Amino acid sequence: MATTLLALMWASVTVYALLAGADFGAGAWDLLAGRTGPGARRRALIEHSIGPVWEANHVWLIFVLVLMWTAFPPLFAAVSSTLYIPLTLVALGVIARGSAFAFRKAVSERWQQRIFGAAFAFSSLVTPFFLGAVAGGVASGRVPPGVARGDVVTSWLNPTSVLSGALAVVTGMYLAAVYLTADARRSGQLDLAAEFRRRALAAGVLAGLVAAAGLIVVHADAPQLWAGLSGRALPLVAPCLVALSAAAGVASLALLAARRYLLVRVTAALAVAAVLWGWGAAQYPHLLAGRPGLTVAQAAAGQATLQATTISVGVGIVLLVPSLAWLFLLFQRTERG
Amino acid sequence: MAGVAGVAAAKALTAFYVAAGTGGGTADPVAARSQMGFSLGWHIILACLGVGMPGLVLFAEWRGWRTGDPWYQLLARRWAKALGVLFAVGAVSGTILSFEMGVLWAGLMDHYGSVIGLPFSIEGFAFFIEAIFLGIYLYGWDRLPPRVHLLSGVPIVLAGIASAFFVVTANAWMNDPRGFKIVNGRLTGVDPWAAMFNPATGPEATHLILAAFMVTGFLMASVYAVAMLRGRTDRYHRLGLLIPLTFAAVMTPIQIVVGDWAARAVATSQPLKLAAMEGLYASGRHVPESIGGYFSGGQLHWALRIPDGLSLLLHLTPSGYVTGLQSAPASDRPPLVTLVHLAFDTMVGLGTALLLLGAWLALAWWRGRDLPGSVWFLRATAVSGVAAVVAMEAGWIVTEVGRQPWIVYGVLRVADAVNPAPGLSWGLVAVVTVYAVLSVVTVYVLRRLARSRPVPVAPQESDVTGYKVV
Repeated sequence: MATTLLALMWASVTVYALLAGADFGAGAWDLLAGRTGPGARRRALIEHSIGPVWEANHVWLIFVLVLMWTAFPPLFAAVSSTLYIPLTLVALGVIARGSAFAFRKAVSERWQQRIFGAAFAFSSLVTPFFLGAVAGGVASGRVPPGVARGDVVTSWLNPTSVLSGALAVVTGMYLAAVYLTADARRSGQLDLAAEFRRRALAAGVLAGLVAAAGLIVVHADAPQLWAGLSGRALPLVAPCLVALSAAAGVASLALLAARRYLLVRVTAALAVAAVLWGWGAAQYPHLLAGRPGLTVAQAAAGQATLQATTISVGVGIVLLVPSLAWLFLLFQRTERG
Repeated sequence: MAGVAGVAAAKALTAFYVAAGTGGGTADPVAARSQMGFSLGWHIILACLGVGMPGLVLFAEWRGWRTGDPWYQLLARRWAKALGVLFAVGAVSGTILSFEMGVLWAGLMDHYGSVIGLPFSIEGFAFFIEAIFLGIYLYGWDRLPPRVHLLSGVPIVLAGIASAFFVVTANAWMNDPRGFKIVNGRLTGVDPWAAMFNPATGPEATHLILAAFMVTGFLMASVYAVAMLRGRTDRYHRLGLLIPLTFAAVMTPIQIVVGDWAARAVATSQPLKLAAMEGLYASGRHVPESIGGYFSGGQLHWALRIPDGLSLLLHLTPSGYVTGLQSAPASDRPPLVTLVHLAFDTMVGLGTALLLLGAWLALAWWRGRDLPGSVWFLRATAVSGVAAVVAMEAGWIVTEVGRQPWIVYGVLRVADAVNPAPGLSWGLVAVVTVYAVLSVVTVYVLRRLARSRPVPVAPQESDVTGYKVV
């Protein structure tokens, strides 16, 4: 049952990365959308695309946190106490991003929209970086089990963290550009579709380069993770997933070049998801890498808690799936009218 | 203004905590408590609006749809737009609390996460449903048929109330911990359902949900009362005042009964907290009810006393026995007795005043089918929103400060739960700074929203124009 909940938690991390990651990426594109006048249509497209869904997408993060502290309390305690600095910065970034986005929509004067827009875009860049840095700290074995046992600075300021932070930012921008290309075409703005296609291609190449550089950094900085990823620690699931990610990444670039905008959503998402599951598989059954580390069995809550959580999650999903489906269908269908 | 006041308040609070020396040896538990108290106290106002507002928006939309009255329709759209902003700020300011559970209270989550995590997981789903349907409701205003649109709002109301319930069960558990055993220092026999439905859950959750309704009703009514005091007494403003105020006025007497239930529950499960609320040092019979005053040297000074009052309130007999602070060793007693006592009196006093305001409205309506004519009624309504918020915050001070030195009553001390990582107190500075800015900007944007006209047709879609009613 612990493994089921762990898989659910990791699935939520994946969905968060694919949906909210793209919302952050859209915010980063907002930053690069150009001056107020010419950039207005790009910003309107971004706002139109993420407006109805970003709050729901954000909840996946909350969901990951509560599942973690319910089912794997020592993991949550170790990660959040050692990595409190980047996590606090993430929390503040989330506040700045969400409220600035809501405020920008509620005011009508140009200078106010610019201030809120800047806050929205800047926090969209910073927040995923620190989330990635947290992931890098865990993956490179810098978070020991126990409360605040790790170094509060080097646990997130290290080569793996910097690399994974950059990867989080770039993949978010890549996904956002891919999604926005199709959104632009659907709303009949072919010039914008062409622009975001170029951005998606650029960001895709960049994300691939950062990911490849990541393997070198992991080799040098996180030997335990490298052993899993390179297949020296059996089984070979993790290397297969890394290969899948690379293949899906290349396929995405080809599909983008061929203007298959809907299909590329699938392959781009697959490329990102495979990185996350590759990391997970490389580290499994260790939740915290390093020595002594923390395994699933060591961290899992008691049977009664796991059972109650599984039941609640099951009931929750039954309510959630149709609601989410309605939300996305309502706003992905043809535009109003 | 609000932000500046917030910073000042946080500084004063911090200084107060430090001066009172409640934090144990190091400064970090104090900073952690201040940070948690500050972000929770801020978020709870928005959370209350998130629980209370959707029902009122739906009511106005329903009336507008059934009667075709454009004033109701306009109110519904305006409120929905404000709700959209408030919900967004509430959602993100709630996120930091999830982080703080571990960032600040890693010791609590490390030991008891498996006992108390379940309601948070369920609340996660409730919040999810709320966010999804809010997206559908706000952005689907002109895409959905009126009946479907109205129905799409119902899950927001239900999920909002459900999230409030589940989150408060966790706080209730900290007050009356159940559902686990500690054998030789190890946690065993964990039963998360028993933890969730602990004896404090019923009164505490009901008390908070009603408080959320009252805060929403009085706060919304006060906005229109201010406008009416400035001479805008048309039907739009009168309706805007009447709908939320009636709602809040109906909730207030129920809240007073529930508050009595909650106080009795505290007397049973946390006698020391009740003793702090009443400023009672010596246990005994024929205990008077004390109002006001300050506590020092084992005595409550300058209080107004009603003979046998507390014994009567709790046990319905003048000779009822009440436990005082003296019954526990000094290290187990709440340290800030004056604060707890005065916060409790503030909450009860403001609750009573709000009851009278509701009665005034009821009387005038019964006599003449109209709002009371007096300008004092509008003035009282104008401050009722702030009064309701202060009463609610005072209630949280009672329950949180009154539980000290425990984070989990009788089980885990605050000093043992706090994250010992170095430099943690800088988090307080960062959070207070960000929230100060956020407070100022939120108030500013809401005021712009209230003034802006004409109102666009769909509350969240600024590309649609029209709807010139005002």
